Amino acid sequence: MPLPKVIDYGTPLRESADTVTLTIDGRAVRVPKGTAILAAARSHGIEIPKLCATDMVEAFGSCRLCLVEIEGRRGTPASCTTPAEDGMVVHTQTARLAALRRGVMELYISDHPLDCLTCSANGDCELQDMAGAVGLREVRYGQDGRKHRTEAKDESNPYFTFDSSKCIVCSRCVRACAEVQGTFALTITGRGLESKVSTGSFDFLSSECVSCGACVQACPTATLNEKSVIEHGTPTGATITTCAYCGVGCSFRAETQGGQLVRMVPYKRGQANEGHSCVKGRFAYGYATHPDRITRPMIRARISDPWREVSWDEAFAHAASEFRRIQAQYGREAVGGITSSRCTNEETFLVQKLVRAVFGNNNVDNCARVCHSPTGYGLKQTFGTSAGTQDFKSVAQADVILLIGANPTDAHPVFASRMKRRLREGARLIVADPRRIDLVRSPHIQAAHHLALKPGTNVALINALAHVVVSEGLVREDYVRERCDLASFEAWARFIADPRHAPEASADITGVPAGELRAAARLYATARNAAIYYGLGVTEHSQGSTMVMGMANLAMATGNVGRVGVGVNPLRGQNNVQGACDMGSFPHEFSGYRHVSDDATREVFEQLWGVALAREPGLRIPNMVDEAQSGHFKGLYIQGEDIAQSDPDTQNVIAGLSAMECVVVQDLFLNETAKYAHVFLPGASFLEKDGTFTNAERRISRVRKVIAPLAGLADWEVTLGLAAALGYPMQYAHPSEIMDEIARATPSFAGVSYARLDELGSIQWPCNAAAPTGTPIMHVERFVRGKGRFMLTGYVPTEERTGERFPLLLTTGRILSQYNVGTQTARTPNTRWHDEDLLEIHPFDAEQRGINDGDRVLLRSRAGATSLRAQISERVQPGVVYTTFHHARSGVNVVTTDYSDWATNCPEYKVTAVQVTRTAAPSDWQRENAARADFLRRIERELPEGAG
Amino acid sequence: MKPDKLARMANDIAHNLAALGDAAPAAIAEHLRHFWTPRMRKELLQLIQAGGASLEPTVVEAARAL
Repeated sequence: MPLPKVIDYGTPLRESADTVTLTIDGRAVRVPKGTAILAAARSHGIEIPKLCATDMVEAFGSCRLCLVEIEGRRGTPASCTTPAEDGMVVHTQTARLAALRRGVMELYISDHPLDCLTCSANGDCELQDMAGAVGLREVRYGQDGRKHRTEAKDESNPYFTFDSSKCIVCSRCVRACAEVQGTFALTITGRGLESKVSTGSFDFLSSECVSCGACVQACPTATLNEKSVIEHGTPTGATITTCAYCGVGCSFRAETQGGQLVRMVPYKRGQANEGHSCVKGRFAYGYATHPDRITRPMIRARISDPWREVSWDEAFAHAASEFRRIQAQYGREAVGGITSSRCTNEETFLVQKLVRAVFGNNNVDNCARVCHSPTGYGLKQTFGTSAGTQDFKSVAQADVILLIGANPTDAHPVFASRMKRRLREGARLIVADPRRIDLVRSPHIQAAHHLALKPGTNVALINALAHVVVSEGLVREDYVRERCDLASFEAWARFIADPRHAPEASADITGVPAGELRAAARLYATARNAAIYYGLGVTEHSQGSTMVMGMANLAMATGNVGRVGVGVNPLRGQNNVQGACDMGSFPHEFSGYRHVSDDATREVFEQLWGVALAREPGLRIPNMVDEAQSGHFKGLYIQGEDIAQSDPDTQNVIAGLSAMECVVVQDLFLNETAKYAHVFLPGASFLEKDGTFTNAERRISRVRKVIAPLAGLADWEVTLGLAAALGYPMQYAHPSEIMDEIARATPSFAGVSYARLDELGSIQWPCNAAAPTGTPIMHVERFVRGKGRFMLTGYVPTEERTGERFPLLLTTGRILSQYNVGTQTARTPNTRWHDEDLLEIHPFDAEQRGINDGDRVLLRSRAGATSLRAQISERVQPGVVYTTFHHARSGVNVVTTDYSDWATNCPEYKVTAVQVTRTAAPSDWQRENAARADFLRRIERELPEGAG
Repeated sequence: MKPDKLARMANDIAHNLAALGDAAPAAIAEHLRHFWTPRMRKELLQLIQAGGASLEPTVVEAARAL
């Protein structure tokens, strides 16, 4: 579609129940109280010239271009810094103002190169626009300003350039970095004509800049400009779509020239991100057209054979005949499917439909199994449904934030910026994390408490916090009486009051001093609004589900569920983890979290799909791997997952895959899992298809096709092809029709349709007759299950223990520039920031082992060994080592074990007993894996270009 | 599934539901019915019939309700 003009109101639009009415240029204007005159005028179609003002940051009042005259007031105040008031009479265009503005523009232009025709911002430059708007016809001061032309253009950042000669020192970039992103990487140095933007470092790449793009977005000239725009020119079209990285689910304008994506710009009206972005969503989209993309279907009889390119029809027919052969030979239960949290709701719904309706079993799972399945279990047990309680905006009203096992500045950066803004406003922060994450202390952020617990002791910690609440009389008894199941509360209160849960008793277990923990508990319990945010540091433990229930208990006991500013909020790892779970991609549940044994639910789907459905739960992903090795599970359809890299105990996963007779991988790339596959079906990136994603706040947003699928088919069409080959044609002309089926079958989605999404922008489920525009905050008057249920949460130590052979505990996490197993980001210039996984080790542990910073070390557990370079760091405590899992060559999951959460089998990634020693060589596994990688990925090309 | 893995999974459930006291076996049985495949439940019963020495008593009791 054509590039629509984005309205910039100049200053932020305010929300207030109180309004003021004024007159601007003879027109009556009514706006919320607190709105600046500049925004009041623009929101009624009156444009006042401006340069230093933009609605993404607060007013600054430096450029003197937005001057106005106000009847009864002296002078010409700046409209950006003057609030609209009742009865004001404002004039924005007078001869006096015009002369002043021209004078201001003359000064700006005297210090700005006049190379507009060859400038990369030509046609997209506010300075150029303002020169036209004020009628600039001459520059009386000449062209001899300082201009900074001798200074080298900073091209160090892989995605944008900084050209000091184009800078008008409006400070928009500096303010965006501070106010929007909260990093404070930029400042203005010098005075007068010597003033310039500075990173405080040698260049952008070596500075504190996190490349979120806010400064580029804010820049009114070509000073900060995307390299892709410099290369291609300004975009001519735009499509609103949703990012395919983390669970924040940012909306973007995908701006194009013809069929080429030129840049991704965060969408100001996107309700999840409100115009902000991170380095991944904003810039790291190049993987979509990376040469590694496989765009032709391939098959092979054995994994030792080379791949053979075939037509789509031959691939579908081969996969279907193999699945049918396996079921005939080994039984109906011998095959299954894995859906992807990176694919759309519609695509995951189709794969689970294929498994249930065509395979005839419930062997379908998704990668939430290895991240947030304990969230599903824990929140359903306590609140009644598997969902975060709040929208992201809610954090702006939290007074105390309890952040447990999450590192939002790296893993959910756009939400982290919201959180940091609230912390700068004065909210208090409690961080519970074994590692000193950035939010413990960073510019303008200081956690009130850092509970640096030992890995694996979460439940002991949450029980101790709850013990303080109960034993010190901090329970919100009125809330509990009205909203919760009293019998369960009384049983829980007796349980938690036991002295074994006291902070003093658990300090030896958790390593957290009792006094610090008591103070944190009091802070949380006595806040007007206290909110819990958590991540995989909660769920990926042997007691992940117990911990989720423990947090829910704490929130209910203190009355912190069911209104703005509070709640229990999972920060979901992948873009569509929430959606994949909602869509019934679990072996025990249909869409909407209804158990497969529920006759009424099964009947709904049996009528829709025209087949009888199984009533017994199917296999989870780890069970599939185990059952394959036992000879009972032989065929697997994997859409958009790479379990050979992302799942724990790699050698166990590979043994399972190797024991299967037909593994079908549908993916963008020939990933690690594809090395053990027999059919490869090319996938489509999020840019190549229509659908929806559901983010961590239950927000359903449209994914819209920006470019044509490289392989010819979108992922949902591939599943249709496979289903048809299996003898079960599914009739959908467009993903909107799949959503219509989801809505018909799922009460919490009953009001969702593409038309409604287009109308509202996005929808937070439940969306039905009771909530026609969706539900930003859950459990407001009652919990989904009726009364909130307290659960007993006994602490059970993990069986993964340190000892003489493995004396250190390994925990894992993410880094800002990379995403999961690197499938996407490792194929982008984001590797400039992180091109290998490093092992963080405390100086004490390093010294004991003779390890220096940068040394290659062998990381060994009872599951396996890998090698990587060491980074000596006091972020980790003695006895704990930490690494990321973004690069296939490090193979960190060779080391993690098959221990898992008791309720859901979510792997215990966060606790592995290891030993670290210096080494000079890769591990045996790394050597063998590298040696067989090329062999297992051979492609025998037979088809001519363009076929297939 | 390998018997030791099956036993470990069952025992993990038992350990985490132990706080329920007398109600634990029923809760374990419900959990197994809710999340385990019929084959896994059958293999658990076979493990018990074969002696099941490594299993928690509450798992054995729960299995009677399967």
